[in-house]
Amino acid sequence: MAEKSLMKGNEALAEAAIRAGCKCFFGYPITPQTEISAYLSKRMPKVGGVFLQAESEVAAINMVYGCAGSGIRCMTSSSSPGISLKTEGISYIAGADLPCVIINVQRGGPGLGGIQPSQADYWQVTHALGHGDFHALVFAPASVQEMVDTVTKAFDLADEYRMPAVILADGLLGQMMEPVAFEDVEIKMSDASNKPWAASGHGGKRKHTIINSLYLKPDELENTVRERFARYEDVKAKHTEAVCDYCDDAETVVIAYGSTARLAKSAVEAARKEGIKAGIVRPVTLWPFPVNEINEACKNAKNVLVVEMSMGQMVEDVKLALNCSKPVEFYGRTGGIIPKPAEILAKIKEMGGKN
Amino acid sequence: MTNNILLAGFGGQGILFIGKMLAYFGLIDEKEVSWLPSYGPEMRGGTCNCSVVVSDDPIGSPLVDEPDLLIAMNTPSYDKFIDTVVKGGKVFIDSTLVDAKCDRTDIDCYYVPATGLAAENNMKGMANIILLGKLLKETGIASMETVEKAMNKVIPPKKAHLVEVNLKAIKLGMEQ
Repeated sequence: MAEKSLMKGNEALAEAAIRAGCKCFFGYPITPQTEISAYLSKRMPKVGGVFLQAESEVAAINMVYGCAGSGIRCMTSSSSPGISLKTEGISYIAGADLPCVIINVQRGGPGLGGIQPSQADYWQVTHALGHGDFHALVFAPASVQEMVDTVTKAFDLADEYRMPAVILADGLLGQMMEPVAFEDVEIKMSDASNKPWAASGHGGKRKHTIINSLYLKPDELENTVRERFARYEDVKAKHTEAVCDYCDDAETVVIAYGSTARLAKSAVEAARKEGIKAGIVRPVTLWPFPVNEINEACKNAKNVLVVEMSMGQMVEDVKLALNCSKPVEFYGRTGGIIPKPAEILAKIKEMGGKN
Repeated sequence: MTNNILLAGFGGQGILFIGKMLAYFGLIDEKEVSWLPSYGPEMRGGTCNCSVVVSDDPIGSPLVDEPDLLIAMNTPSYDKFIDTVVKGGKVFIDSTLVDAKCDRTDIDCYYVPATGLAAENNMKGMANIILLGKLLKETGIASMETVEKAMNKVIPPKKAHLVEVNLKAIKLGMEQ
């Protein structure tokens, strides 16, 4: 077991990216994720990688597009308003079937919003991370150690399925320090050697490859989209993840992701101490969404409570997943306010026994 | 057992530093720990605060809004947080900078003229460490062995000569 040290979530993400074989980082500073750039500006040159602060978020994501096309592992990071600027580029990357990792350390919105923690980008990241028919893998870690462990998985799956992967954090996870250990990881596919699609230069030894997202013939475009969605089915079958606690006999199941799941778990444990049968489901992947896991966990529930740091976004996917089989209620704080476990507990009590 | 610790003062007083020290005490003693700074506009010259949670169990909320231990290093922080301290909690106040006296009877307040003591003892800028020393004495949250280990973790190798004076400041705080 590697030695534990204290690290900020942002710095841990950055170090984990290097250890996962990320060779190029393109970014533009924005609170609350600037430590990722700051850390990589020091570390990347030492490991022979590229750190580049672009002139804008739009430039940074298009640098990722180019770099990903060459088969090199690359990453960008930003916070909510900056991610909005990147969405055009992300759509092109998805359309060209390229792998990359994108980090969003969410802050309050809309507009410039605020700089305190938020989860108001759920809809954007899961449903509309750019124009067109596509998805990105979306991971929602809940601790600094889990953020580290997620980085390697995100790069591996992005490469395997040739699609963008997003790590969705928030200001709380980015700014807090927790003990973290870096285990040695096996680096797969960090360069172009196992990527026959990569435009990596070959000196005329093979047919050239083309990176493109433009298909003017509708039947060709439909075929590429259908082929991509067939791959998505494989992702759904193999890589959907959720963590369920205390659900077996739970009458009220709380569903929350990321840092909110920690607060909700404290509330559920406090409820259990008072004899209230509460449980919690934490979706680890937001896309693919853990539909089966939620249905299984809510099997014996009388009602379901979704808690988010937003006005209620994931709650809609929970309702779709449960397909009206259970009443679903919502509790949320927004604008940068972090809900207190006591507030969530009060809501659980209010729902107690209701069906 | 969980300690919810809130540290507050002006930017530049070393609030985040003693927070990091407390978090390392927990880490070295194999407890669960979290450290969360205020990172808003307040860290640029205004009030600054830092939440540290040390627990035997996994930590839910890293944000401390009801501390059982509070260090207050200026009047705005004292005013803002004194009523949030839970019953039975302990409060450590830099009485060089905070004139107020607490009238709550359900908590223990310790008044240490830390900034004055630091100036008198050629320890400028170490009022935070003196208060940490007082906290260590009154709570027994960590042994001196742990404190020394944490110092060596938190103080970078090129500033290693500062470990000794920091330990002296801890001891000065413990004598108060």
